[in-house]
Amino acid sequence: MSAQQPDLRKLAIVPAYNEEGMVARVVRDIHRHAPDFDVVVVDDGSTDGTAAEARAEGAIVISHPFNLGIGGAVQSGFKYALREGYDVAAQVDGDGQHKSSYLPELLAKLHTGGKADMVCGSRFRGDPGYRVPLGRRIGNLIFALVLTVLTRRRITDPTSGFRITNRRGIELFARDYPHDYPEVEAILLLHAHRLRIHEVPVRMNARGFGRSSIDYPRSAYYMAKVLLSIFVGLFRRRPSPLDSAADRPEGEPVTPGAAATDPDRAAQRT
Amino acid sequence: MIALAAHAGVDTRVQIVALIITAVMLGVVLELVRRRRLAERYALLWMMVAVALLILAVWKGLLADISNLIGIQVPANALFLAAFGVIFILLLHFSVAVSRLGEEAKILAQEVARLDHDLRARSENGAGANGGSPAQLSGAEQGEERPPVGAKD
Repeated sequence: MSAQQPDLRKLAIVPAYNEEGMVARVVRDIHRHAPDFDVVVVDDGSTDGTAAEARAEGAIVISHPFNLGIGGAVQSGFKYALREGYDVAAQVDGDGQHKSSYLPELLAKLHTGGKADMVCGSRFRGDPGYRVPLGRRIGNLIFALVLTVLTRRRITDPTSGFRITNRRGIELFARDYPHDYPEVEAILLLHAHRLRIHEVPVRMNARGFGRSSIDYPRSAYYMAKVLLSIFVGLFRRRPSPLDSAADRPEGEPVTPGAAATDPDRAAQRT
Repeated sequence: MIALAAHAGVDTRVQIVALIITAVMLGVVLELVRRRRLAERYALLWMMVAVALLILAVWKGLLADISNLIGIQVPANALFLAAFGVIFILLLHFSVAVSRLGEEAKILAQEVARLDHDLRARSENGAGANGGSPAQLSGAEQGEERPPVGAKD
């Protein structure tokens, strides 16, 4: 088995919201550093030329009619990966923060050293590659501690969106992915489904435009929201809706109507 | 908490009732989130209301101080005023949210109608041929002006 896995179909999911001027570079970099990955850019209701720019670089483009937020964008990518039968899907943010030169390394780790189901690129297992702001470090440390305790696995960078996952991860995330600030919860979701997570040290760029999506008032909401869902998640008997259908045949897409026939959902409505 | 409430004296019963209401409110909100019937973003809103109520119930002096500050003679009236204000803000917030949902539903319906039309046009055009080429389709999509919808906060 070669490290590059030539027999596997691989997809890079690039969520992008108004990333004109940056998304073309991201797509080009993926083509250059990981030529065996197909690229799907999920244009999350951009009002600028993001979609056209990505298309011009040869990426597949999925355009949302309006902005859904990062969770919805990434999940659209996973749904596409599931529908099109990809074996491996990576997330590479459209703002240029993630260096696609690490993709082959993440991919290799997915198949070696204990067979992980998801490999996360971590800024905090070595040199982050840029100066991570203090507030961000502290927030990240809190989540890292909580997750390390809950999963009994060393998690150092739970807010990193630079990840790669296999077919099992794709199937899970296509039917259940957190809405906003999804990265931390996605790790718990994987853990709850007994999928294995590994980390690989990576360097990242400072955000492409310097404008982070998380400013002060939002970071308070971020912390509160994620901690709340971690806490509530501890009391869920089944980690995801539709889990009774977990043994559905591989690759069968989950239709929205399936929720209505799920006995647990139906029972809750009464 | 109990000790604090007892310390306040006269209105201990009111405080206990407020505590119970707060606890029930928090419990219901958490249970709704657990069952995935309530999104975290709204749960946090209601939990903030519950915590505010809790603080006012436990810390009696606070309500009196606030009423003094804004010139209300009966502290209970200050509570009513605050409750009215909170409810007003919540309702306004939901009106905004509902408006956005309505706008999004409209856009979705229009998109579905457009896709349906394109699909029919393609299958009618090419009953034997392959219909419109993908290049044509993506060109049409690029040319279309999407109505700008405000990003979610």
